[in-house]
Amino acid sequence: MRTPGILAAAALALAMGATSLVFAEPADEELVIDGEIEMQTRVEAAEDHPFDEVISGWHYRTEETRALEADSFANPGMLYVEEGEEIWNTVEGSQGKSCASCHDDAAESMAGVGASYPKWNEEAGKPFNIELQINACREQNMGAEPYKFDAPQQKALTTFIKHQSLGEPVDIDLEAGEMQSWWDRGEDLYYTRTGQLDLACATCHEGYNGQYIRADHLSQGNANGFPTYRLKQANMVSLHNRFRGCIRDTRAEFPDAFSDELMALEVYVTWRGEGLSVETPAVRQ
Amino acid sequence: MIEGLNRPFSVVVAVAAGILWTGAAGAQTAPDELDYSEYAIEASLTGEDGAVASGREIFADRSRGNCVACHVNSEMPEADFQGNVGPSIDGVGDRWQPEQLRAIVSDAKKIFGDQTIMPAFYSLDVGINVREDLKGKTILTAQEVEDVVAYLSTLKEEQ
Ligand code: HEC
Ligand code: HEC
Ligand code: HEC
Repeated sequence: MRTPGILAAAALALAMGATSLVFAEPADEELVIDGEIEMQTRVEAAEDHPFDEVISGWHYRTEETRALEADSFANPGMLYVEEGEEIWNTVEGSQGKSCASCHDDAAESMAGVGASYPKWNEEAGKPFNIELQINACREQNMGAEPYKFDAPQQKALTTFIKHQSLGEPVDIDLEAGEMQSWWDRGEDLYYTRTGQLDLACATCHEGYNGQYIRADHLSQGNANGFPTYRLKQANMVSLHNRFRGCIRDTRAEFPDAFSDELMALEVYVTWRGEGLSVETPAVRQ
Repeated sequence: MIEGLNRPFSVVVAVAAGILWTGAAGAQTAPDELDYSEYAIEASLTGEDGAVASGREIFADRSRGNCVACHVNSEMPEADFQGNVGPSIDGVGDRWQPEQLRAIVSDAKKIFGDQTIMPAFYSLDVGINVREDLKGKTILTAQEVEDVVAYLSTLKEEQ
């Protein structure tokens, strides 16, 4: 495994001599949102972590993209936060309730919640992400239909809830229930090569972060900014959508969203980004 | 034992398949019949020469070689977004013999080790859960490998 330190810098310097690429990255800069919220985008990794330093995907994006995230008026993802807030306050389902009926002001009740997900759910016997928790509340507490994967409302509400943890360090509880065995499975998957191109998550995000693959500046593949606003798609992209896209790019069949495989991967990948601030809605290319 | 019964049988099948692994392009050496022991593959995979112009196209083509995704190639300035995951391909024809390039392109793992990110373009020993429609297929055909090798062999610094 290679850290984006001296080695990558040397490789970059070499490559720059040979090409017309213009960059100097991961950008050495600080992310302060609206000049107020100081974000942790580079943190020392835990001892058992494959990296020495955990780095947010923000550092690997262009100056323009980074600027969009630093200014909440310019950040297109903020529209989805507003949309999520509306849904939060909208009555739906047979019980005549909205999320707010039980959880009141999300700024209080949901503060820090997003930073601690995925979280063990005893009743379901598996880890829940925010999307699954929303669906559980809709079904069990509102008498409403669960959202289908990537329904616009699901993305907006998830973005809204995660945004209530903006700036909070990602910190998940692996001691709860069977979280550790899900982490183990996620780690296995992370290092398993898939598809005709025969690539594992680690091949790209651990071995070559800091390098360019086509136009893409490879990051460590952290989850702290999700759902993220992707300029390419002009839309919010959920974490499981991103996972599926990365797996598809190896020319492999990809698992269903919220399947055990992708939940295990979410537990593991989120752990890799522990200590980074929640950036939702992050802006990516 | 089933083991004992099976072994001679599967060897026979493998050899037979190796002699005549017929794809659309006719007779060619099957991926699992290639001998990498010398880090080089002596003979053309199809018995034919490679076509340089076709190899150049494959090098840039996203759905085939997509080599520019990882390699800078200054002979090909028109291809945008050249990646730098791998080394620059410039002068590769000076550094490697065609037989070695054939081995690198067919299965880079046999040359650079199992950990390499460079896909094996002519191998069926790949990752799990291969997309349904690609099962049993190599990324490039034998002739496409020959074309790429022919193109790479022209990339010399001193011309
Ligand atoms: C009838 C009341 C009720 C309604 C309506 C309701 N919830 Fe819940 N929600 C709960 C209860 C009870 C819990 C479990 C609290 C606990 O963790 O002990 C919960 C838990 C949660 C959690 C997890 C909190 C944590 O700390 O882990 C989230 C997130 C959440 N709800 C979101 C929503 C959203 C979004 C909606 C609207 C779509 C909603 N809820 C509607 C009752 C409700
Ligand atoms: C072929 C290389 C490749 C492989 C293999 C790959 N990814 Fe990615 N991934 C990318 C690229 C390119 C991006 C977009 C640029 C970036 O952030 O790295 C990306 C982005 C991501 C992101 C978003 C990062 C951010 O800050 O927005 C996550 C999370 C991610 N990948 C997870 C994974 C996981 C999990 C796997 C394995 C299932 C995986 N990737 C496999 C290339 C790859
Ligand atoms: C996903 C990235 C990737 C792709 C795609 C890729 N390569 Fe590579 N290639 C590498 C890396 C990395 C190396 C260096 C060896 C290593 O570190 O494993 C390499 C090494 C090579 C070398 C030896 C270079 C030298 O100067 O010694 C050749 C030749 C080569 N690749 C040709 C190709 C061709 C031809 C294609 C397309 C058919 C291709 N590669 C596609 C990543 C890639």
